[in-house]
Amino acid sequence: MRLIVGEAGFDPGFEVNEFTAKTVGAGAIVSFTGLVRGGAESGGGMMIEHYPGMTEKAIAAIMEQAKNRWNLLDCLVIHRFGKLAVGEPIMMVATAGIHRSEAFFAADFLMDYLKSRAPFWKKEIGPDGENWVASKEADEVALKRW
Amino acid sequence: MIDVLYFAWVRERIGLPRETVETAAETVADLVAELVAREERYALAFSDLSSLRVALDQELSSFDALLKGVREVAFFPPMTGG
Repeated sequence: MRLIVGEAGFDPGFEVNEFTAKTVGAGAIVSFTGLVRGGAESGGGMMIEHYPGMTEKAIAAIMEQAKNRWNLLDCLVIHRFGKLAVGEPIMMVATAGIHRSEAFFAADFLMDYLKSRAPFWKKEIGPDGENWVASKEADEVALKRW
Repeated sequence: MIDVLYFAWVRERIGLPRETVETAAETVADLVAELVAREERYALAFSDLSSLRVALDQELSSFDALLKGVREVAFFPPMTGG
């Protein structure tokens, strides 16, 4: 398993290729990349704050759960913090499974948990100033699926 | 002595990212009450506990949790990662 929490940008395509090349015996690789959307509220990009120490521990625990539950061969999480411009990748997950469904379920699970259990806070930079992104009720509901 | 950390808008309202607090509070809620009694900015940050989360030694916890043995308390809004 590989976890990177950092400020630097990354190339999702390169990361998926490297992840795929390193995984032996997988029948399925699923990856997801989240981008700074832009639009009316965050045309100026985004600031992401996190809780150093807790972030790494929380994500590692979530990855361990995903790996055990879906018998993953491997998984990867990259999550950035700091200042990000519109269109830049914020984060990605990749999962390697024997079969497609495990890899899909595990990636979906990882995303739901990263959204509301990893200590990151997003602030959108828009034309009228900066606003902290509010969590959504739907994000908590999503966790109950698992 | 306990390290108290604040993140996101909690940090902005209180005006600092962390501080060391001398306290005999038994629970998180007791610590919050002590902080709120200090100054208006704390009262403002802690005005609605349902919109806050707390972590004890970097594990999510609750406001009725005991502080005995805890070295680090963090207060923050619900997380918005992903």
